[in-house]
Amino acid sequence: MSAAAPITLSKKEIEIPADFIAEVDAIIARYPVSKRSASLMLLHAWQDRFGYITQQAVEWVAAKLELQPVNIYELVTFYPMFRLEKFGRTHIRVCRTLSCALAGSYELHKKFCEKTNAQGDPHGPMHSPDGEYTIEFVECLAACGSAPVCMVGDQLFESVKTDEQICNCLKHGA
Amino acid sequence: MTAPKETRLILEHVDQPGYTTDIDCYLRHGGYEQLRKALTMQRADIINEVKTSGLRGRGGAGFGCGLKWSFIPPTNTKPVYLICNADESEPGTFKDRQIIHKDPHQLIEGMIIACYANNAHLAYIYIRGEFPLGAKILNRALDEARAHNFLGKNILGSGFDCEIYVHRGAGAYICGEETGLIESLEGKRPYPRIKPPYFPAVFGLYMSPTIVNNVETLCNVKHIIRMGGAEYAKLGKPNNTGTRILCVSGDVNKPGYYEFEVGSLTLGQLIHDVCGGIRNGNRLKAVIPGGSSAKVLRAGEKYKIKEKQSDGTLADKEITLEDIPMDFDTLAAVGSMAGSGGVIVMDHTRDMVEVLANINEFYAHESCGQCTPCREGSLWMKKITHRLTHGQGVANDPAVLKSVADNIAGRTICAFGEACAWPTQSFLAKFPEEFEQAAKMASAVNGSPKVDHSKAHDSAVALA
Ligand SMILES: Cc1cc2nc3c(=O)[nH]c(=O)nc-3n(C[C@H](O)[C@H](O)[C@H](O)COP(=O)(O)O)c2cc1C
Ligand code: SF4
Ligand code: FES
Repeated sequence: MSAAAPITLSKKEIEIPADFIAEVDAIIARYPVSKRSASLMLLHAWQDRFGYITQQAVEWVAAKLELQPVNIYELVTFYPMFRLEKFGRTHIRVCRTLSCALAGSYELHKKFCEKTNAQGDPHGPMHSPDGEYTIEFVECLAACGSAPVCMVGDQLFESVKTDEQICNCLKHGA
Repeated sequence: MTAPKETRLILEHVDQPGYTTDIDCYLRHGGYEQLRKALTMQRADIINEVKTSGLRGRGGAGFGCGLKWSFIPPTNTKPVYLICNADESEPGTFKDRQIIHKDPHQLIEGMIIACYANNAHLAYIYIRGEFPLGAKILNRALDEARAHNFLGKNILGSGFDCEIYVHRGAGAYICGEETGLIESLEGKRPYPRIKPPYFPAVFGLYMSPTIVNNVETLCNVKHIIRMGGAEYAKLGKPNNTGTRILCVSGDVNKPGYYEFEVGSLTLGQLIHDVCGGIRNGNRLKAVIPGGSSAKVLRAGEKYKIKEKQSDGTLADKEITLEDIPMDFDTLAAVGSMAGSGGVIVMDHTRDMVEVLANINEFYAHESCGQCTPCREGSLWMKKITHRLTHGQGVANDPAVLKSVADNIAGRTICAFGEACAWPTQSFLAKFPEEFEQAAKMASAVNGSPKVDHSKAHDSAVALA
C-alpha cells in the first residue's frame, strides 16, 4: 500500500470533454459481464487525461459505473499508481528493489533528487519546487537484468549509471 | 563442462534482427498456423496434448497446465473465462516483458488456442500498470488479430467466437496472486480469496470457472500444438519438460534472459559460462534461484539429492550449489524453488543483512493487509532488518526475526505469507553469523544512533 500519499481528495472541478466520455464508454464495453470491472481502467483514463484523481473523479467514475463513491475511493487509496495530487511535468520512477539496489539505484534516486532539487520524504513522491519533476521510488519494474532502471513518463530507461544518462532521462520529459 | 546451447522456443524471434511486432511479420514466420490447426481438433484432444506435454506453469507454482485445465467441472453450465497473468512483479523476473514487447502475437495465438480448448469466449490479459507501452503493443496486436478474424465472431469459419481485452493493473504486486488478480479484475481491492472454496477453475471471475495462466505458459501452448504433446515432452526432463526462460540479474558479468531446456544446465554453468562469471573477478556468495520469494542458496553448501541410476533405482548423491540442475524438482529438493525463473546472484562483497533488509522492505510494502500475521509480520521483519543495518538493533533481534517469520508461513489466506517469510527464514539459517554480528554491532551503539532516521537517503541501504 502506498505510504506517504495524502488521503484527502482535491476539490478541483473540471468540465468533462465529450471525447473523454466516448473513450470511457469504449472502455466500459470491454466488460460486458460487469461494468464495475472497468473501475481501474477508468481511473487510468482519468489520470492519463487530467493528471491526478480528484473528488470529482471518484464521484464521476462511480456514477458512470453505477457504484457508490466509496467503491472507487477504496481503489485510489490502495493501488500505488493512482495519485491524489499534482505531479511534476516529468515523472521519474526509480526501481528500489534488490537487483537495482545492487546496481546502485539508491544512488541514482539521490542524484535525480539533487539535480532537480526535489523535496520530500523519499518513501513517497518528491517534487521539484519549479513543478517540473516528480521523483519516486517504485518496486521491481521487471527489467532487473539491465539494472539500475527507471521510467521517465511511460518510457523505460535501462542501465542508468553515468551522469550523461541521468541528464538524458531528465531531458526526455521536457 | 561447458554449458549446453540455448534452445529458443519462446524467445526464437525475440531480438532477432528485422523481427517486428506487427501481424504481417508474425504471419511471415508461420504465425496463426497453430490456431488453424487447433480449430480442427477436438477440445478434449487439445487438453490431452497439453497434459501429455507435461507443461508446468511458468508463473511461480509450477502447477501442471493440462491438469489445471481439466479442473473445470464437467457439469459446468456457466461461461468459462481465461485470464493471462501478465502482472510480472516478482523481483528478479523480467521474461514476460520481453514476450509482450517483442512478440505479442505469439501470446495472443497461445491464448486463443487455450480459449478454444477450454471453451472460453472471453479472455483478459491482466498486465501490470507499469507496462504502459506493453499494453499499447498488445492492444494494437489484438486489433490486427480482429481484422484478420483470428478474434471475434466465427473465427476462421470455425463457428468459435472469442474476444480478448487488455486490463491494466495499478502498481500492486499482490495482483499477481491469481485470486487477488480476479478481485482486481472485478474492480475491487485485490484481496486474495481463500482456497477452498475459491479455486479459480470452480469459482473464479464473476464466480464462474476461470483459467489463470502466466504469459510464458500460454506461449508454450502454441508450440505444444505444433510439436504434439509427446514430442514437446522430449524437451527437458521427465516431470520437468519443455524450455524455461531464466532471468539472471545481480553480480554477474552478463545478466539477461536465456532460454534452455528445463534442467539441461546447472546453476554453475548458468552463472559462469552463460553469464560470464562473477563481476570484477569476485567470488560467488549467494544465489536466489527463483524470484525474491525463493529461499536463498549459499555458495559452498552441499545438498543431498536422489539420482536415477541406469537400472532405474534411486541413489543418494551429494552435490554443490554449482551442480544444481535448473529444474523444478531439484531446486525443490535442495530446499528452494524454481519459482518464476528469476535468478539473483550476489558476490562476496555483499552484506546479507542489507540484502534481506531490501527484500523485507518490498514485502512490507506489498502485503495486502488482510491477514494479521502477514500485515504485521512483514512490517515487523522490515523494521528489525532496517534497524540492524543502522546500528540500532538489540542482541536478540535475530531470534525475534526468526520467530516472527516462523509465525507467518501457513497462517495466511494466500501464498504471499510464505513468500515473505521464506527470505527471512533462509537468510537467517544460511548466514547466521552475519545477523549475529550485525546485532552485536548494533547493541554496542544502541542508544546513540549512527544515522538520522528522518533522512531515508542516508539511511537507505547502500548496497552498491
Ligand atoms: C504473491 C504472489 C504473486 C504472484 N505473482 C505472479 C506474477 O506476477 N505473475 C504470474 O504469472 N504469477 C504470479 N503468481 C502465481 C499465480 O498465483 C498463479 O499461480 C499463476 O499465474 C498461474 O499461472 P501458471 O500456472 O501458468 O504458472 C503469484 C503468486 C503469489 C502467491
Ligand atoms: S497473506 Fe498477506 S498478501 Fe496474502 S491475503 Fe494475507 S495479508 Fe494479503
Ligand atoms: S529489481 Fe529493479 S527492475 Fe527488478
